[in-house]
Amino acid sequence: MFPTYDVIVVGAGHAGCEAAAAAANMGCRVMLATMNMQTIAQMSCNPAMGGIAKGQIVREIDAMGGYSGIVTDETMIQFRMLNRSKGPAMWSPRAQSDRNLFARKWRNLLEEHPLIDFWQEMVTGLIVHDDRVSGVRTGLGLEIPSETVVLTNGTFLNGLIHIGEKQFGGGRAGERAARGITEQLMELGFEHGRMKTGTPPRLDGRTIDMEQLEVQPGDDPAAKFSFTDTTPLEDQIPCHVAYTNPKVHDLLKEGFDRSPMFNGRIRGLGPRYCPSIEDKIDRFADRDRHQLFVEPEGRDTCEIYLNGFSSSLPEEVQYEALKSVPGFENVKMFRPGYAIEYDYFPPTQLSSSLETKVVKGLFFAGQINGTTGYEEAACQGLMAGINAARRVKDEESIVLLRSEAYIGVLIDDLINKGTDEPYRMFTSRAEFRILLRQDNADIRLTQLAADIGMQHMDERVVRVRQKQEDIKEIFRILERQSLVPEELNPLLQHLGSTEVKQSLKAHKVLLRPNLHLRELRSISESLNQQLSAFDTETVEEAEIQLKYEGYIRKEQEMVDKMTRLEEVRLSDQLDYHQFGALSAEAREKLTSIRPSTIGQASRISGVSPSDISILLVHLGR
Amino acid sequence: MKTQEPIIALSTADGAAAIHVIRLSGSGCIEIVDKYCSKSLSKFDSHSAVYCHLGESQDQIIDECVVTIFRSPKSYTKEDVVEISCHGSPYITQSILSLFLRSGVRMAEAGEFTMRAYLNGQMDLTQAEAVADLIAARSKGQHHMAMSQLRGIFSAKIQDLRAQLIHFASMIELENDFAEEDVEFADRGELKDLVARMINLIKELTDSFRYGNAIKNGVPVAIVGPPNAGKSTLLNALLQDDKAIVSAIAGTTRDYIEDSTQIDGISFRFIDTAGIRQTDDEIESQGIKRSYEQMARARLVLYITEIREDHQDIVREIKELKISEDAEIVVLLNKIDTFHACHAYDVEEAVSTLIGRQPVLSLSAKSELHMDKLKEILVQRIKGSIDNHDIVVSNARHQQELLQAGSSLKAVIEGLNSGIPTDLIAIDLRHATAHLGSIMGEVTTDDLLENIFRNFCIGK
Repeated sequence: MFPTYDVIVVGAGHAGCEAAAAAANMGCRVMLATMNMQTIAQMSCNPAMGGIAKGQIVREIDAMGGYSGIVTDETMIQFRMLNRSKGPAMWSPRAQSDRNLFARKWRNLLEEHPLIDFWQEMVTGLIVHDDRVSGVRTGLGLEIPSETVVLTNGTFLNGLIHIGEKQFGGGRAGERAARGITEQLMELGFEHGRMKTGTPPRLDGRTIDMEQLEVQPGDDPAAKFSFTDTTPLEDQIPCHVAYTNPKVHDLLKEGFDRSPMFNGRIRGLGPRYCPSIEDKIDRFADRDRHQLFVEPEGRDTCEIYLNGFSSSLPEEVQYEALKSVPGFENVKMFRPGYAIEYDYFPPTQLSSSLETKVVKGLFFAGQINGTTGYEEAACQGLMAGINAARRVKDEESIVLLRSEAYIGVLIDDLINKGTDEPYRMFTSRAEFRILLRQDNADIRLTQLAADIGMQHMDERVVRVRQKQEDIKEIFRILERQSLVPEELNPLLQHLGSTEVKQSLKAHKVLLRPNLHLRELRSISESLNQQLSAFDTETVEEAEIQLKYEGYIRKEQEMVDKMTRLEEVRLSDQLDYHQFGALSAEAREKLTSIRPSTIGQASRISGVSPSDISILLVHLGR
Repeated sequence: MKTQEPIIALSTADGAAAIHVIRLSGSGCIEIVDKYCSKSLSKFDSHSAVYCHLGESQDQIIDECVVTIFRSPKSYTKEDVVEISCHGSPYITQSILSLFLRSGVRMAEAGEFTMRAYLNGQMDLTQAEAVADLIAARSKGQHHMAMSQLRGIFSAKIQDLRAQLIHFASMIELENDFAEEDVEFADRGELKDLVARMINLIKELTDSFRYGNAIKNGVPVAIVGPPNAGKSTLLNALLQDDKAIVSAIAGTTRDYIEDSTQIDGISFRFIDTAGIRQTDDEIESQGIKRSYEQMARARLVLYITEIREDHQDIVREIKELKISEDAEIVVLLNKIDTFHACHAYDVEEAVSTLIGRQPVLSLSAKSELHMDKLKEILVQRIKGSIDNHDIVVSNARHQQELLQAGSSLKAVIEGLNSGIPTDLIAIDLRHATAHLGSIMGEVTTDDLLENIFRNFCIGK
């Protein structure tokens, strides 16, 4: 009934969809197997994409030819560039999505791809011979043959949902959990663990008095994620901000003895960075209020996602407490928040291509690797899809460097350090973040994507080259353009910056803190004229490169220094047990992870600087 | 290089001596020595000193020795270590060394014992560096400094600084990454205070390098003055030696001469310079130019001139030198043996008052009158500065890293003051942390290690 596929992707969430799309765009025959075709690309948690560090990832996915940016652009209802007041490394795009449109758009894109087939059924096992995967087995007992398999099971593996003292099996509200895969992987020698995550209640927007809340509008004009020509967002819907108070906290505390978080029923470790409301009240007892974001779920629905109120307390406790939030006096709930426990496999069992070390041809992406977040999942799916395709074609795997992309940082962290709690991306995880900006993702990655065999990239490569040419031209304009004291001083005075006595070139003025190109354009019509030939994004990119040149250079120097350690290769055959001077933990970790360079070895947790010295000495350095 | 491979070296200085110590380290070295030993070493506990005969066989005894065994990990290198104390003949030591080299033990490279101690986690990088300094210590001051570094006092201070920096960085990162969530932000004032405190601490440390370096390499003292004032005589008196050629002919010293001596446990490096005067002689004027250079480099300047009744003349002469305000200078009025002793004190007083500098001392270098007072002044000047610093930086590499950490931190303060976004400030902060870390060897680069261990002698 089935041909032999190049790649079977199990699961159709953010990771699975990107994996299927990437493999197909690399020219592979793909089978996307999911338990329910009605929930392809379902946003299980909040209806939003991007945010700090995550927005950068979406831009990178887009630059590499993934679809998350395009889907978000076409279905968003609000867009904001976060952190505008900070340096350009912190600028982070974030969008509110229309949940239903988002899923529909993803499904359309996948259906339009001639190389992607679909099968709706639970995958219950893998076909493995001689440590090599050769297909999957389904609940009906069908076997689908393939060269490679990408597992993106999300929270479905032995998922267990908790609401107060009630608990039941399930992968997501109203959906069954997946069984069989964990057990088989354990038999194959994989280690596994349990993690926990949670989601807040969904509310009836008609019963919330928005007048009492703070309004949080989108940017005007709205920017977007994709470097392609997606539709600009015109008509935005605002979010609102509400606050809890001591009364709300007291009401929630009444249910603490019935909370699975506090009575020990949940054993999996939850994300410290995305705590439940009961966790926040417990840990930050001195705070008398917490922020709640009232996020609309779409254009034509009244459903509200209450960001900041994730909870697994009994549903009536959630409901009673909510009614004491100002503006929520008459609130009605569509469904309560819940916590979910699921299986994951410590990602130190993967190589940098996301292929498992134990079973060849088997790739993992998303929450199965212990991460949290749509963006984190999507970018792993993209890389797993690319590398599965590369394996099918017998080509070398593609690994992005830490200095090249957040995606590189994420995968490098996962495979070397592993993770005990759901891994979320932060800008501070990227030691070279000034280089990994959202504005230059296309310059960093588009050419690379074309080179590794991603199709339909030609026009985008041309576009990036044009952008780089334009940037050079803008530099020339700014270096040529003089600004006279009469134009400049009123502005400088207004900004509290030292006034000038002589004319200055625009690119010099731009180096002053708190001064931006748009202000210079407003005082010099000639400058404004010359720059109006270029699009906003390109001008912004040029401004960033000029204004922060000193910092960018410093980081680049650090990268070059580090690269030296990245170039010291470690043999795959190295017997670390022969080095008595290494600590026992280092010997064990190095043996199991098998780093390919000294640089990678230095990032493995449990390997200390003195262990690295020992390795360097042995290598005769 | 395998770290456990047994190595051997003569640990005492080469040549004839009462005894010599030969050291072995590495796995199996106790068993190897055991093979050639009249007693069964394997029966002895760690830290036993065993009297025995060493030799290829019982009738080919090389020497009667005391063999001390240290079992891993309780040894200098944390590996098995054997120390053989033998009679101090170069022939005996050569014979013992070649006996073990034939049985598969390798000659140690320079600093290899200490490098193993470092690699095996016995000590951190600064402590390993201190071992080299300790061995080279020739004065009480050098010894004290190396010892405190070996005991880890310096490391603890740097670690503490680094921990504070990392804490500071994490507050900034929290603010950056959770800007959208309602976390409480770091207080700007507190952040500035913290960085300002750290800049001061680092400055104290880098300032101490002047003293630390002086103690390590000898305190440079320039002897300056007009021709024929008795500079070379003073040098010889200080050194108790006839190093410098002394003559009554002005301008005898055409270039500087220097030598070290110890006074009260402090090493001084005295530099005799060419006399300063107007001259057309090209060679002499070159010498005078160097005198000025030496003066600028010296930690202390001894300005020596002949005592005379006309104190105004002496004052004029000193003022013409144009010595910078912060240079430490001691004015010496020489040749009091040919002067009225009761007037000398008056001239001393008058000069001191008029030039506004303390002290002014009258002496006679030739007949060594008041030389003890001069030595007292020298020691006081240096001791006073050292006592103000509980931790002294004496290593040029440490100094370099501290200076760079300091300048990165200054960029942080400037950033905070001019309202630069904190994610950019974080870059400078990370640089500062990296510099402090590399003092401790936390940031490993191959050349760093090589540099440090290259400076060792074999046998350590």
